[in-house]
Order: sequence, then C-alpha cells, then structure tokens
Amino acid sequence: MAGSTGGGETIMATRQIAAHEIHAHAAPQGFLRKWVFSLDHKVIGLQYYFLALTAVFVGMFLSLLMRIHLIWPNVSLPLVGEIKPETYLSLLTMHGTIMVFFVLTTAPQGGFGNYFLPIQIGAADMAFPVLNMLSFWVTFIGYIVMLSAFFVVGGAPLHGWTGYPPLSALPSAGPGEGAGADLWIISIALFCVGALMSALNFITTTLDMRARGMTMMRMPLTCWAWFITAILGLLAFGVLFSAGILLLLDRNAGTSFFVPLVVVNGQIAAHKGGSPLLWQHLFWFFGHPEVYIAILPAMGLCSQLVSVFSRKPIFGYKAMVYAMLSIGLLGFMVWGHHMFMSGMSPYSAFAFSVMTMAIGVPSAIKTFNWLGTLWGGRIRFYSPMLFAIGFVSLFVSGGISGPFLAQPTLDIPLHDTYFVTGHFHLIMGVASIFGIFAATYYWFPKMFGHMMSESLARWHFWFTFVGTYAIFMPMHYLGMAGHPRRYSQGTELAFLQPLLPLQKFITYVAFVTIAAQFIFLFNLFWSMKYGKKASDNPWEATTLEWTTATPPPHDNFGGRTPAVYNGPYEYSVPGAPRDYVMQTDPATVAAH
Amino acid sequence: MGLVLLVVIWLITFISAYFFIAKTWWLPTGASAAAAGIDHHFATTYILMGIVFVAAQVLLGWFAWKYRDRAAASPARYSHGNNTLEILWTVLTLILFVGLNLMSSSIWASERFRAAEPGALQVEVTGMQFAWYFRYAGPDGKFGATKPELIDPSAGGESAIGLDPTDPASKDDVVSGIMYTPVNREVEVILRAHDVIHSFFVPAMRFKQDAVPGLAIRMHFTPITTGDYELACAELCGLGHYKMHGMLKVVSQEEFDKWLAAREAEKQ
Repeated sequence: MAGSTGGGETIMATRQIAAHEIHAHAAPQGFLRKWVFSLDHKVIGLQYYFLALTAVFVGMFLSLLMRIHLIWPNVSLPLVGEIKPETYLSLLTMHGTIMVFFVLTTAPQGGFGNYFLPIQIGAADMAFPVLNMLSFWVTFIGYIVMLSAFFVVGGAPLHGWTGYPPLSALPSAGPGEGAGADLWIISIALFCVGALMSALNFITTTLDMRARGMTMMRMPLTCWAWFITAILGLLAFGVLFSAGILLLLDRNAGTSFFVPLVVVNGQIAAHKGGSPLLWQHLFWFFGHPEVYIAILPAMGLCSQLVSVFSRKPIFGYKAMVYAMLSIGLLGFMVWGHHMFMSGMSPYSAFAFSVMTMAIGVPSAIKTFNWLGTLWGGRIRFYSPMLFAIGFVSLFVSGGISGPFLAQPTLDIPLHDTYFVTGHFHLIMGVASIFGIFAATYYWFPKMFGHMMSESLARWHFWFTFVGTYAIFMPMHYLGMAGHPRRYSQGTELAFLQPLLPLQKFITYVAFVTIAAQFIFLFNLFWSMKYGKKASDNPWEATTLEWTTATPPPHDNFGGRTPAVYNGPYEYSVPGAPRDYVMQTDPATVAAH
Repeated sequence: MGLVLLVVIWLITFISAYFFIAKTWWLPTGASAAAAGIDHHFATTYILMGIVFVAAQVLLGWFAWKYRDRAAASPARYSHGNNTLEILWTVLTLILFVGLNLMSSSIWASERFRAAEPGALQVEVTGMQFAWYFRYAGPDGKFGATKPELIDPSAGGESAIGLDPTDPASKDDVVSGIMYTPVNREVEVILRAHDVIHSFFVPAMRFKQDAVPGLAIRMHFTPITTGDYELACAELCGLGHYKMHGMLKVVSQEEFDKWLAAREAEKQ
C-alpha cells in the first residue's frame, strides 16, 4: 500500500495558477447562526448527516426488536415489555419508514450531497442557502413528528411503510391506525416538502454554479448522481405529497379517494366508491424512483472510489453518465412491478415487466464498468475502497434477484414473501448503507480534519460485510419456501415450521452485526478528536474538494474560485509527474 | 488485504450458491396444472442469474487480489474504457433480460389473460380480518345476494359474508371455512374482501392474488394432486395477519359431490 502523503505544495501552486478572486463570505460568529440555523451548505450537510445517524440507530434498534420477537415471542424485554403481534407490525412500519426516508434519502443526498456538491463543482455555496436551511429544518420537524407516533394513544401505525388503504385509512382497522397513523402521514408530507426544496436547490446549483472549466462532462460522477437524484426527487416527492394529503382527507374529512364501501368489525365505514389501487399507483410512482434516489448517490460515489483507489480513470465515464440517466428515466416507467398481484390489469403487468427487465441493463453496465476500472489497476485497500468493493458485491447479489421479481410469472410464488425482503435489503438497503459508510470513511478527513482509524474501520467492514450476507441471503431461501413477509410469527402454518432454524440463525447474526456498528460509532466520534491529523489530500485524489483546506473554509476556497482544466479521473497518466492529475492542474493532458 | 477479500467474497458466493443448488430450501411441491411451467421458468431464470452472480463475484474477488497495489505491480493501465465492450455487454444483457421476460410471458398469459373455462367450478373467496370464507353457488349455479349491513364477522359462516336469506338464489349457497375442490377440474375463484386488502396465497397451487375491497377479481387454477394444502394471507392486513390462514382440500369429484351434498342437507 502506498503511504497517504498529501500533495500540499502542489496544491498551493495549483491555486495560484488556477484561481481567480471572488467575493469572500465572512463566516457567522454566533452559535445559533453558525451551527443551528446555518446557511452554510457544509453545516447543513452535517446536520442532515447526524439526523440520519440517529435515525439509522433507531431504525436498527427497531429491527433488532423485530428479530427478537420472531424467535422468542413471549420474552419480556426491559423498558420495552412484551412485544405483541401489533407491536411487531408497528416496529416494522416505523423501521421501514425511518430507514427509507430519514436514512437512505437523507444521508447520501442531504448529507454528503449538500456538503460536497458545491465544493466538487467549485461553488461557494448552494444556489439558495435559505431554502437549504429550510429544507433541513422541515425534514427535522418531520423526523420529530414521525418519532412522536410511538407516544400517542394506540401507538405507532401498523400498516407498513407502504401504507396501503383501507388499512391505513380507517382508525378502526387496527391499533395504531388512529393518531399514530395521522402523525405518520403528516411526517411523510413534511419530508416531501423538505425533499422538494432540496431537489430544486441541487438542480439549480448543478446547472448554474459550476466553476470555470467545470463542464457537465467534467463533473465527478458523484455530482451526476446527486443531480439525477434531485431530478427524481423533484418528480417523485410531489406525487407522494399529494397522495399523503388525499389519505389525510380520507381519514379526517370524510372523503373517499382510496376507500370503497367497507365493513370493519361488522360496522359499515362512512366511505363509498374510492379505489385502494389508486393509492398503490400514486405510492409506487414515487416508491420506485425512491429506490434509485436511495442508491444513485452510492453508485456515483462507488464509481469515484473505485477509480481513486485503483489509480485508474473510471472505465467508460460517458457510459456511466448515460447509464444513470437511463436508470432515472426508466425508473419512472416501472412502478407497476410492485403491483403484479394487486388486481391491476394483467396486460399492463406485461408492459411493466418488460420495462423493469430493461432497467436491469444500465445497472449491469455500471457493474461491468466498475469491474473494468478494477481491471489493470493498482488497488489501495483503504477503508473507503473496502466498502466500495462491498457495495459492488452487494449490488450484484441484490440485483440478481431483480429479474426474478420483475417477471409476473415468478412473482406469483415470490411476491410478498421474504424473497422480496432479502432482495431489497441487499440492494437498496445495505448496498446504499455501504455507500454511506464508504462516503464517511472517504470524506471524514476533509470534514473533520482528522483521519479515522483504519484498523477499526476494517473490523467494521468485515463484520458488516459478512453479517449482511448471513442475514439477507437466507431470507431468499425463506421466500422460496413460501414464507410470507410481515408475519409476526411463523407458528400458525405447518409449512413454516421447518423454517424456524433459519429465522433463529438470522436473529443471532443480526445481534453480532448490529453490535459491530458500535465500532463505527466509536471510530467516528473518537477520530474527530484523537484521529491522526489529515493532510489536504490524504487519498491523492483529483477532485476539487482536495484542492482546498481541511476542513474547508466558510466559502470553500478561501476567497478564490477554482478553474478546471481536466476530467475528474486522471490517474496514472503516462508522462505526468505524479500518478494523478488534479482537475485544477493546468492542461498538460490531452482532453478526453 | 486483496487475498482476504478474494477468499471472503468467494466463500460467500459459493456458500450462497450451494444452498440454491442443493435445494435445501425450495419452492413447495407444486400441485396445480400451472406449477410445472412456473417452476421450470423459475429454474431457467435461476440458472442464468446464478451464472451471472457467480461470474461477477468471482471476477470481483479475483481482480481485488490480482490488481492489489504492491511493489512489484506494474503501473495502472491508463484507459478510459472501450466502446466496443460497452456496446457488446449492453446488447448481451438486453437480450438476456428481455429474452427471459418473453420466455415467461406465455405462462403469464395462460394464467391471467384468459377467463376460466366454461366448466370450471366457481368458488367465491372472501377475506376479512382475519379469516377466509369460501362460498359455493349450489345446484342453482347462482350466488345469492350479500348485503353490507348484514355482515357480522363474529357470527361466522353465512353471516360473516352478509348473505341475504331473502334472496331465493342464496337458499342453496354453501359457505365454508375450509376450501374443497375436486381434483383435475379448473377452479374459478372470485376474490372479494370486506374490510382491508388481503392476498389469497396457496403456495402449492402457485396461486397468489390480492383480494381488494370494492372489486370482485376472477382468477383460476387447476389442482392436479389430491391432498391438503395450506393457504395463507400474503398482504399485510392488520394485527392478526400472521394467523389468517386456512386449508384447501383437493379431493376426488365423488368426494367433493358428497361433501357439498352433506353441507346442503345440513342447511335445509
């Protein structure tokens, strides 16, 4: 492994050549303006990141309670008490919702996107700093409202993160469907508002704030990913917001958008003529692009890391950009694959199926290109790279079950079983989380000025990587054997009895894997204070964040604005003095 | 580090693949006419995807080891990619994925595009929190009317589905908590739900379809082996979701007729 010496002197030289003066912003001094109601994209990025960090530990804790209940249904836990079947469903609902919205959507885009998009394109801040602050605080309030659902009469809702009506529309349909369900919907609506504001900001910033020489095709693939994610967010969250409002009206204003005439517990509900399938269409019109909102930033980051740590240009930069664009476009044409068994027309199921199989193609292209980048490289196995390779592995494993579920024929046995649970946890769940881990290990030195402990990071990686497979691969086996998901117990059906050992195995591994996350937590906070001092460019990378001070000054480039002469992945250029050429280095390389 | 990665990735791959190949856990034994076709296509998909899975992971582990940074390594290859390769693997994946899809479309079409055969046995399947009820039309071949105001789930049976006793057509309707069907005769299920969405899942029949309030969804399957088959709810429907299950008894036509006649006699 090569040492992590920074290119400090060269960076200074680069600045003199490449930069020209701009108006310098003064940093605010008061604590409130500096750390709470900050307009600085870096502080807002950290706020998003730490929001997601608390959320991921809450969500993980909920999943642990679920795993405990599955194999020891009658155990009474300290503080929590005995978990009842309805409590299990509340845990499941809140686990899914918190993870999807407040972790997978929040950390990669709101956290790292906010912090590094402006720096990587050479801007002093986001286009609309006040809007940026607002989007964080609205998201924060949404998070508090979500958590408060645990503490109202009836507890948190039990309708799953997909919230299918009539279950989610009728307070009488189950415990948690009263005030808890209202809070759940309000929280999601608030989240949508925050995400819409944030999306506008990302799109405008990417289009209008790029430094001189930073053409679209010179942007790091991380920026492309954040940009495309923002477009998806802009188109998807508006639809979910509207659906949420309609559901709120059905619950509280006597409308019947989603509820037909139904009889719950022998009582006729005061609704008539609504369509439960309408919700599913609206929800999944958001819900499928959401999958890509969660994973596109990780794809961009992974491309970046594979190139940086293989010391090679990314294989097929343009192909990567086009693949992400086609994933974004096709992502809006496949939502019906969640509804093959819903009662939707079987003919449209056929059409959705073809589109879904087609979206596998750009995903495969990305995998080929990551492998192509590793091929012939000189790989340095620092912790960000370990997680990037882990991401590729999980992306393949989670992706490979996609073509099963994309075919309605195979959805007949597999839909709503653990096969689906295994599939999406591997790919949109843990693969995206690996993206977050990789990003943390990679950018921590820039954000906090210290290095994280490599040896702790490695332990964290091995436990998490192996643990993830040991938890989610067996879920595919459960699903093939026909185990329905969202069952609080497998005791009622004879054909589920032989599967109990597998369930036990999963829970045991979950304990170990969750425990290993505290290595990460410790490393994060310990390194902030005691980590080795980081140089400006510890990974010897080429993009703009490594040309500025560590941590970056308030206006990112210390009163200067960089000019860009090279593509983002110029590694091992023949004839160059070092094995990397910064984006700001004068044009010694022929344009690519 | 490269070697450890290779070993771990390969081990994970081979262990995962082993349990798929050994069929330690597999689809339950099929007992319907459609099962063979669905299972065959499942196997095809799984062999093709299995090859892709193993190839990609093996390559990933191997590259991590082979191209690790060390003193003796040659400099990294300065290459921005290869358009021929990009086009090649795009076309190949497109053929693989869309081809796979088209192969299975005829099964889907025969399951879902066509209506049930004229001689099929009609069974109305009603889901409610947290039970399944099965209704047979009786000798008149007509289902009697049901009324929402008559629905009383706690009473069970006919009252649970709100059967209107004043409708002449309902006189010979049989409502059962166990589903009986004759073997080798197509069954047309008419799926209903009273309260929330449920999903009628009979693993051995390779049958799954949501029951949606406000809709009567018609689907069909043909049991080909006699026996008792568990059925379950596959759509989250509330706190008792996990215990919303039932039994499908596939019997000979004579036994079926005898059972139905006995239930008719009980009613009179």
